[in-house]
This record gives sequence, C-alpha cells and structure tokens, in this order.
Amino acid sequence: MSIDKETINHVAHLARIELQPNELEKLSGELHAILGFIDKLSNLNVEQVKPASHILPISNVLREDQPHISLFPQKALENAPSKKGNFFSVPKIIE
Amino acid sequence: MKYQTVIGLEVHLQLNTKTKAFCGCSTDFGKAPNSNVCPVCLGFPGSLPVYNREALNSAIKLALAFGCQIQEHTKFDRKNYFYPDLPKNYQISQYDLPLSRNGYLDIHVQDQPKRIGITRVHLEEDAGKLIHEANESLVDFNRTGIPLLEIVSEPDLNSPQEAFDYLTSLKNIIGYLDVSDCDMEKGSLRCDANISLRLQGAKELGVKAELKNMNSFKGVKDALTFEVERQTQLLETGEQMVQETRLWDVEKGVTVAMRTKEGAKDYRYFPDPDLTVFIIDQSLISRIKKELPELPQEKVARFVKEYGLSEYDAKILTCTKKNAEFAEKCIQVYPGKDKKEIVNWLIGPLLSEANLRKIELYELKINIKELINLLGFVQRQEISYLSAKIVLNQLIDSQKSTHDLIREGNLQQISNTDALTQIIETVIQENAKSVSDFKAGKTNALMYLVGQVMKKSSGKANPKVVGELIKGRLS
Repeated sequence: MSIDKETINHVAHLARIELQPNELEKLSGELHAILGFIDKLSNLNVEQVKPASHILPISNVLREDQPHISLFPQKALENAPSKKGNFFSVPKIIE
Repeated sequence: MKYQTVIGLEVHLQLNTKTKAFCGCSTDFGKAPNSNVCPVCLGFPGSLPVYNREALNSAIKLALAFGCQIQEHTKFDRKNYFYPDLPKNYQISQYDLPLSRNGYLDIHVQDQPKRIGITRVHLEEDAGKLIHEANESLVDFNRTGIPLLEIVSEPDLNSPQEAFDYLTSLKNIIGYLDVSDCDMEKGSLRCDANISLRLQGAKELGVKAELKNMNSFKGVKDALTFEVERQTQLLETGEQMVQETRLWDVEKGVTVAMRTKEGAKDYRYFPDPDLTVFIIDQSLISRIKKELPELPQEKVARFVKEYGLSEYDAKILTCTKKNAEFAEKCIQVYPGKDKKEIVNWLIGPLLSEANLRKIELYELKINIKELINLLGFVQRQEISYLSAKIVLNQLIDSQKSTHDLIREGNLQQISNTDALTQIIETVIQENAKSVSDFKAGKTNALMYLVGQVMKKSSGKANPKVVGELIKGRLS
C-alpha cells in the first residue's frame, strides 16, 4: 500500500499539524514503511477468527446511574492555557 | 405539483439520567460553568469511560416503543473531529453496529395513516456549550458527555407539515416513556433536517441541503417551507445545486449556507478501545418490553372503544401521559355510559382554563367530584352553561363546593315564567327590528333576542325556556 503526498497532507490537516516540505518528504517514507509493515496482517489467514472490536473477551461493562463528586471548577481549569471566570477560553471559532 | 419534496429528520435527544453517559457527573441543567466535570468527561489522559446502565435501558425502551429491532451485538465508536466543544477531539458515538434499526412511526396525512421509517436509534454523547464573545470563545463542559440518542428517520416525509407531525408525534411518544424532558428550548431535543426535491416519479434523490439551527418544531417547519421554495426556484432556473449545510435564521426567516472548509467530512470512525462491546440478550429486551406503558396510539384506540370518544377528541386528551390519566379519571368518575358531556367539558372549558393559566390540563387543581356535580347542575337546567363556566373558573384552586359557589354567586338559573316575562317584554320593546325580522320568518332573529335576554339576566335565564316564551309571545 503506497501513500502519496496528498494523503499525507490530508491526514496532517485532520490531525491539525503543520508539516514543512522536508518533514513531508521524511514522513511519506516513514508512513509508507509503517503501512507496509501493518499490511503484513492481510497475508494472515483469519477465516477461523471471529471479528473483534475489543482486545479483551469481556462485554456489557456498565456503571449504575449514581452521581459522583465532580471536580471543582478551579481544579478543572487549573491547567487550562487560557481561562475567563469559570470558562475555558479559546480563540474565537465559529464554523 | 411538479416536484416531490423528500425530507429525512435527525433528532438528538438528551436522556434524563441523573448522571452523564460515561461518568458520574451530574446532568443538572443551569449549574455554574464547568462545575459538572471530571477527568472522564474532560477527556484527561488515563481516564476510563464506563457506560450508564440507566441510559442503556432508556435507549432500549425508546427503540422498542418505535418498533426498532434491538441489535444483539452493539459497540461504541470514536467519531474524530476538532472543535473546542469536544474536549477529547472525538465524540463517542456508534457507527456500523448501532443499538437498533428498522423502526417506524405512524403519522396521519389527510386522515390517512402513513408509516415513516426509522432507520436507526443509536447511542452517543453530547458536546459542550460555546459562548462566542468579541475576541474569544468561552467553553462550558457541563453538557459534555450527557447521554444522547440519535433518532434517524428514513427520507419518507414529503412535506414540511409531515415533518412537523412526525416531530409532534415523536415527542408525544417519548413523553410517555419518561426517558427525556423533550424540551427544545433547553436543548434536550434538537432536530436537523435533510431536504431535497426531485421530479415527481423520479427514482434518484435530488441534491440535498442539511438544515440546522432550528429551535422549535415550528422553526423546523418554517425552515423546510422556505427551503422547498428556494430549491424549486433553483431547479426552475436550472441553477447548479450544491450539497451543503444551511443554518435557519429565525429572525429573517431564511436559510443561509454555512461557511465550511473544503473537503468532505472525514470522521475516521473506529471502535472505541476504552469501551467493551454490548451483548443485548433477549431477557433484557422482553423485560423492558413488559415495562412499556400504553402508548398514545393505543390509548386513543382504547378511549374510542371504551368511552365512545371521537378520534379527534381522544387525540387531544392523550397528547401527554399525565393529561390522558387526568382525563380518564374524569371520564371514569362521570356517571353513565355516555361520556360525551364530560369530554366536551374537558376539551372546551377545562382546556381553556388550563391555557389561561399557562398550565397543562392535569395541573388544574380541581376536585373531580365537584366538577361532575357542576355538570349535573347544567344538565338539570338549574344553572345555565354560561354560569357554569363562571363557577368552573371559581372551582379551580378553591376548597368550596359547586353548590356553595352557585348559591354565593346567585347563579341559579331562572326558568320561572313570571320572572322571565318581564325581561322579555323589555327586550321586545328595545329590539323592534329583530322582532319584525322574526315575524318575517328569520330564525336568526330569535337567537338574537334570546341572547339579549341572557345578557339582561346576567346569563342566568334558561335559554330554552326564554326561546319558547318569545316564540309564544310573538306568534
């Protein structure tokens, strides 16, 4: 499976990371190798293996509808790069 | 009509659990910003979400009420996108294995039943709230992680009115289930609409617009009505249609294309490794099925059959579960088999009194026995209908009996001929024109004269007796 620069740019955009031209070059090589490695899986015979979406053979893990104690707003906001009153503050964004 | 309108609706419903979907934070509305938050709903590294059992049960209940098939095997997926109201940068949702599929909801179009398909009902979580200021956006994560259901309809709706009826019926049914506030103003029920037009008889769907930002059912209907017009014009002028998201501007009454970055949405769904799969076994489904209450449609049918109500009346009275229970209690207490009288009172004067007070029918503080007594006074012609409505108004919120209120208000109906003759004479003298009209054969004139007598007697005269007396006097 090969990966072109357009795809890398698309994925970089989705991940909100900015790539320099030299990084793009480097990453396209690295990602190509990574995908090639993962692609080995498609050579496996999985006919006898049931599809799984979770690594552990457990299901139906649920919690009761009981309230716990939430964080104090000051605590929740402690590591925020920017805040205003009880709010997190972010650059203005309207989509 | 040249074009057929095709509409599909996506409803997002907040469940009324005490705690959020994946953590124990309270779901209380209106708390100080960022006070109902914890490492899980803030998406801190290392935190582990665990789904709320009550939310799952409510979701199954709702899906069953709409005839959905509950899927034996269901799981959560991550829907990835960046937006400041989403602290994890993904929303926990369901992709290829939703909780349930293939349900339906029946509406009425020109008195004919029409079945609207429900594609799926799936589980997800709500995002936070953004407040936009001049130079920054403020984020409150209290709403983040509140359990949501997404209810997706098939594109079976063919007019804005059908969409409105679908939503109304959906809300009525959900109200019976007690799984959500269904309050659009508080945002506990939200609706997006997909709409496209195609030539009548065409098989292919037209280019659709996705409408957002409607905050009432009427808003949904208005936005769709606008969009039918807009798309018709585009098609008629042969302009290129583009698939886009449009926002409803309630002030201006128009939809406006939303500015979006280029490129199709790419959510990169994948199974959430933090959450296990769910195997929904039959015993759970049948247990919840047994707990389902009688739903509006079934109630309407029963009211029609058991109490002889018209379908129209039954529908009004069964709009909400609590109103239906109140109405049924009144109907049961009312003596005799013929329930027409009490039903007319419920739908007429009682509903007016409730509307006047801006409350629901069932919230009227009225002693049902006294209400029935009041109807008895009217039937025995001891008070007029007009007076009875005055007594009803006083009966609500009062400890007094109907009997006392009639006596105190001196409202006993005057059927006594001597007392009435005097008033009738005055009315005849004052309304020579109507008298000659009546003599000329205009029956409406009699109604008018009776009305004048009623007025002069402060509504206490017995209209039937008055009518007979006038007729006798003028013949």
